[in-house]
Amino acid sequence: MRPAFSVLFLTTLIGAGQGLFITLFFCELLVGASLPENFLLGGAVLVLVLSALGGISSVFHLGHPERAWRAMTMWRTSWLAREGIALPAFMAVVFAYALAHWLNFGHTLAIGVIGVVFAIVLFVCTGMIYAAIKVLKEWSHPLTIVNFIVLGCASGTTLAAAYAAYAAPDLVAGLAKAAFALTVLGLLTRAVSLWRNATLRPTSTLQTAIGIRHPHIVQKAQGSLGGSYNTREFFHGKSPAFVRGILVALLLGSFVLPLALVLTLPLLAFVAQYLGLLAERWYFFAEAQHPQNLYYQGKS
Amino acid sequence: MTQLALVIDLNVCVGCHACVTNCKQWNTSGAAGALTDCNPYEQDPNGTFFNRVQTFEVGAYPATETVHFPKSCLHCEDPACVPVCPTGASYKRKSDGIVLVDYDKCIGCKYCSWACPYGVREFDEERKVMTKCTLCVDRIYDMSLPEERRKPSCVLACPPGARLFGDVHDPESEVSVAIRERGGYTLMPEANTKPANHYLPRRKTTVTVRNEELYRSDNPHKIDGAPFDETLPPATEELN
Amino acid sequence: MSAPIHDPISSPVPDASTETRNTTCYMCACRCGIKVHLRNGEVRYIEGNPDHPLNKGVICAKGGSGIMKQYSPARLTKPLRRKPGTERGANEFEAISWEETFDILEKRLGHLRATDPKKFALFTGRDQMQALTGLFARQFGTPNYAAHGGFCSVNMAAGMIYTIGGSFWEFGGPDLERAKVFYMIGTAEDHHSNPLKSQIGEFKRNGGRFVAINPVRSGYAAIADEWIPIKPGTDGALLMAIIREIIALGLYDRDFLTRFTNSGQLVNQDTNSKDFGMFVRNPEGDVINPLRPHNFYWWDRHSNKAVADHTKDADPCLFGSFTMPDGTPVKPAFQLLKERVAECTPEWAADITGIPADTIKRIAHEMGITARDYKIELPIPWTDFWGEEHESVTGNPVAFHAMRGLAAHSNGFQTIRSLAVLMSLLGTIDRPGGFRHKAPYPRAIPPNARPSKGPEAVQPNTPLGGAPLGWPETPDDLFVDATGQPVRIDKGFSWEHPLSAHGLMHNVITNAWRGDPYPIDTLLLFMANMAWNSSMNTSEVRKMLTDKNTDGEYKIPFIVVCDAFQSETTAFADLVLPDTTYLERHDCMSMLDRPISEYDGPVDSVRIPVLPPTGECKPFQEVLIELASRLKFPAFTTAEGARKFKSYPDFVVNYETAPGSGIGFLTGWRGKNGENAMRGEPNPKQWEMYEKNGCYHHYHLAPSMQYMRNWNKEYLEWAQHAGMRRDNDPIVIHMYSELLQAFRLAAEGKRPGKQPPDNLRERVATYFDPLPFWYAPLEDEQSDLKEYPLNALTQRPMAMYHSWDSQNAWLRQIHTYNYLYVNAKTADEAGIADGGWMWVESQWGKVRCLCRYSEAVEPGTVWTWNAIGKASGAWNLTGDANEAQQGFLLNHLISEELRADTNGKRYSNSDPITGQAAWYDVRVRIYPAEAGEPEQSFPQFDTMQPAPGMEKRKMGWQAWFAGKGNKK
Repeated sequence: MRPAFSVLFLTTLIGAGQGLFITLFFCELLVGASLPENFLLGGAVLVLVLSALGGISSVFHLGHPERAWRAMTMWRTSWLAREGIALPAFMAVVFAYALAHWLNFGHTLAIGVIGVVFAIVLFVCTGMIYAAIKVLKEWSHPLTIVNFIVLGCASGTTLAAAYAAYAAPDLVAGLAKAAFALTVLGLLTRAVSLWRNATLRPTSTLQTAIGIRHPHIVQKAQGSLGGSYNTREFFHGKSPAFVRGILVALLLGSFVLPLALVLTLPLLAFVAQYLGLLAERWYFFAEAQHPQNLYYQGKS
Repeated sequence: MTQLALVIDLNVCVGCHACVTNCKQWNTSGAAGALTDCNPYEQDPNGTFFNRVQTFEVGAYPATETVHFPKSCLHCEDPACVPVCPTGASYKRKSDGIVLVDYDKCIGCKYCSWACPYGVREFDEERKVMTKCTLCVDRIYDMSLPEERRKPSCVLACPPGARLFGDVHDPESEVSVAIRERGGYTLMPEANTKPANHYLPRRKTTVTVRNEELYRSDNPHKIDGAPFDETLPPATEELN
Repeated sequence: MSAPIHDPISSPVPDASTETRNTTCYMCACRCGIKVHLRNGEVRYIEGNPDHPLNKGVICAKGGSGIMKQYSPARLTKPLRRKPGTERGANEFEAISWEETFDILEKRLGHLRATDPKKFALFTGRDQMQALTGLFARQFGTPNYAAHGGFCSVNMAAGMIYTIGGSFWEFGGPDLERAKVFYMIGTAEDHHSNPLKSQIGEFKRNGGRFVAINPVRSGYAAIADEWIPIKPGTDGALLMAIIREIIALGLYDRDFLTRFTNSGQLVNQDTNSKDFGMFVRNPEGDVINPLRPHNFYWWDRHSNKAVADHTKDADPCLFGSFTMPDGTPVKPAFQLLKERVAECTPEWAADITGIPADTIKRIAHEMGITARDYKIELPIPWTDFWGEEHESVTGNPVAFHAMRGLAAHSNGFQTIRSLAVLMSLLGTIDRPGGFRHKAPYPRAIPPNARPSKGPEAVQPNTPLGGAPLGWPETPDDLFVDATGQPVRIDKGFSWEHPLSAHGLMHNVITNAWRGDPYPIDTLLLFMANMAWNSSMNTSEVRKMLTDKNTDGEYKIPFIVVCDAFQSETTAFADLVLPDTTYLERHDCMSMLDRPISEYDGPVDSVRIPVLPPTGECKPFQEVLIELASRLKFPAFTTAEGARKFKSYPDFVVNYETAPGSGIGFLTGWRGKNGENAMRGEPNPKQWEMYEKNGCYHHYHLAPSMQYMRNWNKEYLEWAQHAGMRRDNDPIVIHMYSELLQAFRLAAEGKRPGKQPPDNLRERVATYFDPLPFWYAPLEDEQSDLKEYPLNALTQRPMAMYHSWDSQNAWLRQIHTYNYLYVNAKTADEAGIADGGWMWVESQWGKVRCLCRYSEAVEPGTVWTWNAIGKASGAWNLTGDANEAQQGFLLNHLISEELRADTNGKRYSNSDPITGQAAWYDVRVRIYPAEAGEPEQSFPQFDTMQPAPGMEKRKMGWQAWFAGKGNKK
């Protein structure tokens, strides 16, 4: 698949936001009384900013953003519609959570619980958008959702540590340790999916694609030498070396650097991890071999 | 329940692309139009087509088959593209099973094309909506046309008659009979989308000549004499 | 889900005014009936006319893309004159008026006609109006006229017409409705393509067996039940071996051969006789037609003596050697054929063709057994020319088809002769399941039109003293001067290419440039892209077009190009005439030219304009009528000296081949009120009647006249009456060609009359063999086959068969550029990567191109799609378009002339009999392009700029939607 940049930003930004919110909630739950004033409010605003940026970014993916509201109508069947509902719902709860803190309205933990549930629902919706595409074996697996959740939480916690370094220094050590742990977990789950995807055997072959049983079939023409939507959307078009480079960036940025830095320089760790996750998401698309590509292998 | 579909006969498809451009000309000015052409007179011209003909070489020289393979939306009975659509723009008609895109609902998120295993949806780069084969739904119900012309444009155009159109749920229809009697199959059955369109495979006709058939008692050599050899071989009847 | 918002069914412009008009397609030579649907005056849809006899409702990729042709930005819309002071080829033009254009032409052509008419040459591309263009040239008085047949497939026409009186092409074809086995040899797709596709589809569905014999498995061969790869140019060897096998096994149709071919006729074997090799004549026999005597002898096997051919109850010996009462040794023609093929064993052919001997035997047996054991009998009584009544029509279900793949070799004529002989051996001529003629064929062998006979035919202000083209019957019909030198600029009908029935368009520019046989003044090209894909040796030809004499005058002083589009050739014009498209004009597919007849009877058709002309475009026919009237050609001028025809439609209705002949361009609705078919007075309402009938006229012959037409008494009489033939004598198949032998005798100095110049005697004597034979293509003799081990071929893809303008926004997306297809093993051994840049080089030139591995081509052949490559900027594409940057033409590798002989004389790279361009003879070698070379095809040419009057091309994107009045 060709990585869609708006989607790369969308999923990494809101993922970090969701992770950050969950972290904030646990901060409140565990050490709420000792938190500096406005730490949670500021954090919630940060979550809203990230979510909003993600939402704005997603608009660039649409051919008709003015009709984006329609994307909520098919929630019964479409995970994309569900995400379209879950994202604003999550943001609304975060907004309520921030408002409650700001106005000292109380019930913040109760709102926080709802927010955490919504964050997880949103993770599931986002992950299921990909995991629900049955023909994309690389995506159609529970690990897709697990990774969205774990990597989102890891980056959110790393961000929380960076935020705490500025707003609540007492929390930094604890949050950094949590981020460290989540990042290690993320490394594990992502490594499993990388290994799985690298060793996947495609269910569909050129033989099943055109229904001819013969070991030696080579495509000679697609009927469109100037290219087509199908040759653009489903191929990243990059060299194997470039893809390997992205894989290195993914591993270094998402995992190695944050693990090395988070305990000492959490802000830098977050920057590295965010960029690493962009690479991770790019790779997520690139490693997905769409069966339609069987029909677009050769031309003349 | 009706399920309209195409049956494509690979046994006679010569790869002439008639279905490709005739689809284009009907649909660009039809209810599904206009279909964009990018760079029409420049480098890398590419545009929206609902139907393409691909070519494959099967086997190694000299036992090679050149297979032309037309491909358009297969109007799956269980289309992967429909449930994923967040707006309901991608839909399957209950009345005839045609899978369509509602261009006024489509937000252009391309998600349906990701879900389709066949690569038959094409995003129109100018209209910014997803497009696909409509089975010429704006033609096949047009009562102002004579009944035999109420067929998709590609079917009407096809010179060797490699495209059949009809209801695959009606066991007596031309398409059902063809599928049944000529080994019709679907693409990527493992995708479990149950394509309505079927393909008919290549068939080989051979003539076997046995040596003893070569000479018969009415061989003109009996009149003219043997042209090259001195003796005439025995005729079949004489062998028996 | 809520209801759809977008209505998928209703017309988006419900209140538009719509209209449907019938006319005839012209996207290629197929000429299907079409219905053009207009919405608010714009073309909304072009569909195949379901009632039309030719295409029965189907239409091809080109036909479906007519809209993009009509609205192409490559359209020329104004007459253009090369800007004074600019160089030819620089493509700098200024728009002028038609009045000025006609003044220029009238003055220049009037002067030439009054002084030396042969200085005007008119050559046309793939036009379908040769009846008019030929008439124009003849009335002008110039011998220098031809269409593109000479570089297309004239070998097919000549090879078969000189054998069976008909041919594949539009003149006949395989009866796939009843055939059981079908052999297609070489590329043969581009003529009659839609009906043939339909017939092959039906044939295969009915379980017929289709065998393709071709170096490449593309085209219709893709769906063949068996593909037999063959080395290019060796088909003749295969056919000779099959003929041998059929004769050896007695699988020939003896009854057919004895009665309907000249197999039993006795040939003079007296080597000292001036009539050696000619049929002995029976002074007491019935000559039937004094202009073409039929008084031959058979050796009757019952009475064991010579008798008049077709004597009742006689049966000719096919083998043997006999002595006539006067002591002349004779042999039946069939004996000579048997002797000819004696050495042509399957093993001999296997070495030449690369086809295993067992395969050759197998297909020969398959043909022979099918012909013998699956006889067709139709309960249709008929009577043959000699009065024998037959209770039924019988046939043998073995069909063949071939065209350019056999024709475009310098051995094509004799190869096609061998095909026609094989088809006759199997008894499949104009019989069900075999080959069927289409009106106006069958014609006499050869047809009666003769070329003019000498330089005296060319006189100032006088129509040519004969036809510019025709069918020589004897050496005395050649168009040569007293010393045997050519009179035509293309050397047609000279001793170099005696039977060049379609001329040699591919040599016109070279000959005119060299002044050999003489310089000309004005060259008018219609619809022929001679500066690109229609010329051999394109790069050099482009130089010739701009070459100058020492006095600064162009070697070809004045070039006029008429075309609807800005092609590569328009850049070399001094005057450009903007033609209309097929949707903007009247046309006719005339019985006098190449109609669209069916097996069951004559069919002709017309085009009517469905749209007004774009800009100042004018149909070329109107230009010709106007010029013919201004120049006062007799056929276009009344007795009083006034203009006779006000327009082309008026001309078509009122022109008769001879005053009162009742024969004109169209056969339908003749007679004052349209009551007659085939023949009758002009009918002023003829166009309207054609339009009402879907723009065609189909005359159904009675079933008794639909078969065996070479010898069918009823048909022969009808055909003579209908004006399709001058005579009604039978057309006996020439297994043995006495006509060719006469040329050989002339070359050997044994025949009075015209003699070849000494330097050509051996050549004529060699190739004018009365029996078919195989010889290696002429270029092979001049090539180091080790140095150039491969053959290189081109063919058109189906989406561009015979299309004169592949610049079409839809079609160019299918074939945007082209690769050279090379057998994977061959390419790999040459070190060329799949998809990599490579060089292909002949002894004449070299081309850099992209390589594509293929398993569907025999290892000794490379090939590509023809005419995809374009010159940069031509056809109003941008200079960086793929057609120019990655596309290429193989033409740069193919010479229009062979190497000079020992006398320094260069002959055309053509068949020595017919002058058919030998496109498929070129030998090449291949090697990889080096790293660092530009990733671009070679050669490249300066980018052409649009000419005045051309619409600005749409950049970025366009989306055609008819009826909204604005092209987006």
